[in-house]
Amino acid sequence: MLNDLILNSRQYGHLLEGMWVTIQVLLGSFALGTVMSLVMGVARLSTRRWVRGSALAYIEFARGVAAIILLFWMFYAVPILFGAPSMPPMLAGILALGLNMGAYGAEIVRGAIQSVPKGQHEAATALNLSNRDRLREIILPQAIPIILPPYGNLTIEVLKGTALVSLITLSDLAYETQKLRQNNVISSDPVPLPILYLNTLIIYLILAQLLNLFFKIAERRSARKFGSV
Amino acid sequence: MQTRWDWEYAFEILPDMVQGMLITIAVTLIGIVIAVILGLFLALGRRSSLKWLSYPTAWFIEFVRSTPLLIQIYMLFYALPATDLPRWLTTWPAFVTMFVALGIHYGCYASEAYRAGIESVPRGQWEASTSLNLKIKTTWRSVILPQAIPRSLPPLGNYFVAMFKDAPIGSAIALSGVLFVARAFQSADFRTVEPFTIAGLLFLAVSVPAAAFVRRLERRVAYESS
Repeated sequence: MLNDLILNSRQYGHLLEGMWVTIQVLLGSFALGTVMSLVMGVARLSTRRWVRGSALAYIEFARGVAAIILLFWMFYAVPILFGAPSMPPMLAGILALGLNMGAYGAEIVRGAIQSVPKGQHEAATALNLSNRDRLREIILPQAIPIILPPYGNLTIEVLKGTALVSLITLSDLAYETQKLRQNNVISSDPVPLPILYLNTLIIYLILAQLLNLFFKIAERRSARKFGSV
Repeated sequence: MQTRWDWEYAFEILPDMVQGMLITIAVTLIGIVIAVILGLFLALGRRSSLKWLSYPTAWFIEFVRSTPLLIQIYMLFYALPATDLPRWLTTWPAFVTMFVALGIHYGCYASEAYRAGIESVPRGQWEASTSLNLKIKTTWRSVILPQAIPRSLPPLGNYFVAMFKDAPIGSAIALSGVLFVARAFQSADFRTVEPFTIAGLLFLAVSVPAAAFVRRLERRVAYESS
């Protein structure tokens, strides 16, 4: 019974190759998304109006357009708009997913900063800390335990979103799965489709659970380091 | 190969793009109906005291929520017809596949929204129902759900805006929504800037007001339940 659910090693080889690309896209998007989250989340609360305004414009734009539309737009339209020949699909995928993640992340960061008691902001000002030190030493350390749980969920959403890059010819896990399906026509060892897709789903599930575990550990460590909130 | 933006071409393709958008919206609306109903049953199933019901429900929700919608769509579109079940039962048009997939995927999210709403009903309400000797069915129907559902509405609304933004994934199984139309223009006219930009703008035109509406709903519910 269990044997029926397992693919052969050639097929797993393809899936694992795809998984590696999926992980690269995830890491790239996560890095870009985190930078955008922090910068835009802080910019949203700036005292300068144009800073606040442009952060809001970015957030509304990147959240309002669907990730998949952003992806196609980035891959097919942006290079032409800027007169470049083309964009590598990996870059387009990371840019689209990262910018999309950053918009959601910025709202998480903004909410967390606002939930740090006002007295902390005032005390930091009273101690004559510069804006930068106030943010880095006082506010963000207290915001991180609040940021982490929703940020973990957001990262899992990005992992799910990476499957979309298969539609712009990037050979990730979803792409390799589709390729195995299409090769069935000519293959000497055709793969039963329900088993194939089930295996792919389970690989994604495992990756998601690993992310979950990673964020649970980070949450526990930050709670210990910065005191429980 | 084109360069830059051409207004004339943009206006020429606009009607077809809007047509595609209407299909994207239609598939979302049917998906919402499925998700609203399925989500409630999943939430109740998960709360059930029967372990054979609550455990599989919880696993199902977790599984669907942590795997990509795109693969779930492929599962329904390619893998389901390859099973031994009768063909009429498993082979659906892309439109049906899409709203079923959206309905199931976001039904699992909706169940979490309902769950939070149900858990926010104070314990005293349950105890009061018990002391009034209300049947369990009456308790759910007349006491708990009428209080829980309004509180679930804002998160539900957010999930449905997210569902709308996932609807163009249907182009992967050739559902002729807005993204599919854009790709059709791309392959017919070798133009990419106008179709994909218009697709993005159409999305902004729907999802920004929808998100603003959800935020208003959020404030109102917060006001009424405080």
